[in-house]
Amino acid sequence: MSKELIIILLISPLVGFLINGLFSKWLKGNEKLSGTIGALAVFISLICSIIAFVTINIDSNATLEGDDGFVYKWIAGGKFSVDIGFHVDALTTVMLLVITGVGFLIHVYSIGYMHGDEGYTRYFAYLNLFVFAMLILVLGNNYLMMFVGWEGVGLCSYLLIGFWYEKQSATDAGKKAFIVNRIGDFGFLLGMFTLFAAFESLDFVTIFDKAETGTSAINVVFGETTKVTLMVATLLLFVGAVGKSAQLPLYVWLPDAMEGPTPVSALIHAATMVTAGVYMIARSAVLYNLAGTGVVVAWIGVLTALFAAIIALKQNDIKRILAYSTVSQLGYMFVGVGIGAYASGIFHLVTHAFFKGLMFLTAGSVMHAMANELDIRKMGGLRKKLPITHATFLVGALAIAGAPLLSGFWSKDEILHSAWGSSKIIYIIGLATAFLTAFYMFRLIFVTFYGKSRVEPEVDSHVHESPAVMWLPLVILAVPAALIGLLLGVGGHDSWFHHFTEDVFPKADKAPGSVLLFMAISSIVGIAGIAFAWTRYKDRAPAAEPTNALQKKDFSWLVANKFYVDEIYNTFIVQPIKNASHFLLWKLFDVGIIDGIVNGVAALIRVIGGLFRRLQTGVVQAYILSMVIGIVLFLAYYLFFVN
Amino acid sequence: MSLPLEYYLVLSALLFTIGVIGVLIRRNAIIIFMCIELMLNAANLAFVAISRHLGQAEGQLFVIFVMAVAAAEVAIGLAIIVSVFKHRETINVDEINSLKG
Repeated sequence: MSKELIIILLISPLVGFLINGLFSKWLKGNEKLSGTIGALAVFISLICSIIAFVTINIDSNATLEGDDGFVYKWIAGGKFSVDIGFHVDALTTVMLLVITGVGFLIHVYSIGYMHGDEGYTRYFAYLNLFVFAMLILVLGNNYLMMFVGWEGVGLCSYLLIGFWYEKQSATDAGKKAFIVNRIGDFGFLLGMFTLFAAFESLDFVTIFDKAETGTSAINVVFGETTKVTLMVATLLLFVGAVGKSAQLPLYVWLPDAMEGPTPVSALIHAATMVTAGVYMIARSAVLYNLAGTGVVVAWIGVLTALFAAIIALKQNDIKRILAYSTVSQLGYMFVGVGIGAYASGIFHLVTHAFFKGLMFLTAGSVMHAMANELDIRKMGGLRKKLPITHATFLVGALAIAGAPLLSGFWSKDEILHSAWGSSKIIYIIGLATAFLTAFYMFRLIFVTFYGKSRVEPEVDSHVHESPAVMWLPLVILAVPAALIGLLLGVGGHDSWFHHFTEDVFPKADKAPGSVLLFMAISSIVGIAGIAFAWTRYKDRAPAAEPTNALQKKDFSWLVANKFYVDEIYNTFIVQPIKNASHFLLWKLFDVGIIDGIVNGVAALIRVIGGLFRRLQTGVVQAYILSMVIGIVLFLAYYLFFVN
Repeated sequence: MSLPLEYYLVLSALLFTIGVIGVLIRRNAIIIFMCIELMLNAANLAFVAISRHLGQAEGQLFVIFVMAVAAAEVAIGLAIIVSVFKHRETINVDEINSLKG
């Protein structure tokens, strides 16, 4: 594979960003041109990705690693040296296909969705910039480049969540996402520092080689053994992943991030950026295996999966349900990479990117039809008016619920099967989550598309199917969302996907037990969830807000309020920090000490000046008097004391 | 027989002291001015006396210079006093204190 191909792949969205960003003044009146430039830029990347993918598929040695991927020396100072370089292997090309493939369809969809928006060119500029940053993240051959991409996607996420910046809630959500991510990024940075201290390099290949060679190659930074050092490093990196991939306890920004345009939620907050943490752990598979910290990753993952799925049961905002579902599915991916089944985790990442991207886009289509209504209690019976949207949404929901043969079925089952081999409790929690997933997803479907229409009359007359530029991407996305599992995942650990990525990941232990048995259990659980949702919500909207105090105390009320996590964070973290900033930093330190020093110096000079000012009386005779006294003293001195 | 040098110097010192005290305590600018002249001439007296005592001419030469400078100074000084008076209708130095800090 040639470096030039990768450079074109990488630069294309950057060029798109520059055109839309710099010439927005001229492109403003021309939505078609602006959108086409944005989509075309990603399309070129998509072509390059396909070429790269096929190249590696034909010849598994055609990877771009180590010195082959070197482009130029970026930083060189003493021992610290970082290159700009690419690392392209099977894992990278899979990520590239997801990013550019889903990304391209979402760009096309956005051409229709963003029609008539004030910031049309700005939107496409940001979207292209995001794709560029995401590509850097997966293409880089060292942790620092990954970090640059990591921060870049964080920035674009912030810009796009707060895209409608006139809305207070949107700007707040953007800031929340940015600040919560800062916590994770801090961990990532510390992890990088630790790695550098231990390996004196940030390069993937160098680090992994040294780590595998053993203890003599590594500097002990923490504890007594290199293992402790590796544990600290991997856990710190995982803190970064927890922030970026919205896991417990830093998941709170993702549901709020739904304030952004819906295609953004599909691309950034479902398909690509939030999976960066999973990618990072899969990339660092060697380190996690050596450190043995995967168990922490898996536990955080499975608890997040369960927690978010429970919250999703009681939400009534269509995008928030999908957001909590994303958090939950990301939890599954972390279970996968945590228990060492890296290929399964990445496989779920791929299928999830397709079906969740699809579901967000269909949700956007529903919003488009319903004049931006988000509350599913005000929908109902939409399947007749939005047939394509309904059909594609159903495909996505069946896929995530784990209906047999659809994509989510294969990937989720692989993860659960591997989990059985490492921890039974994780398996059981995962299975329970699968049931909840099927339930909340079909609650959403039944309430939105079935039953009686609860649409408000003035909206009802305008309900219409979306234009072709929007439904076509839906249909195209629905195909891989349904079938990609069949293509890649048949055969569990002997599937095509596992063979394709076998050079990248350390070999996982084969999980015990019959694959078919596990598939049967997963299917039954998924279908049971769907059936349960059917009995409860086939003809009924979720209950209105409870009014009396008794109802407010029960568990469902707690769930409907998302366990008050935001409120708890607000009371115990945000407010104390705000108060400390206000009273300690501002009132005490800034006003008291800094201003005190500055004003104190000025006041001191004023006092001294006030004293000496008195000497200048303006009475000439007083001056003369002092002169005379001086002369007399001098004379006296010379007369009486000298000699 | 001539008077001893000390007599002249004591007289000169007395005149100078009278001049200094006059400058210090009088309020009228013209009087102060006259007192300055008194100081200058006290110095002149000392010059002349010492010149004669030493039998050298330089001291007397200096006196000529001092008188010339004093004349110029009187011209300028009086002009200033006149213009101050025109401006403020007073030559009381206590009232002329606009440079007070």
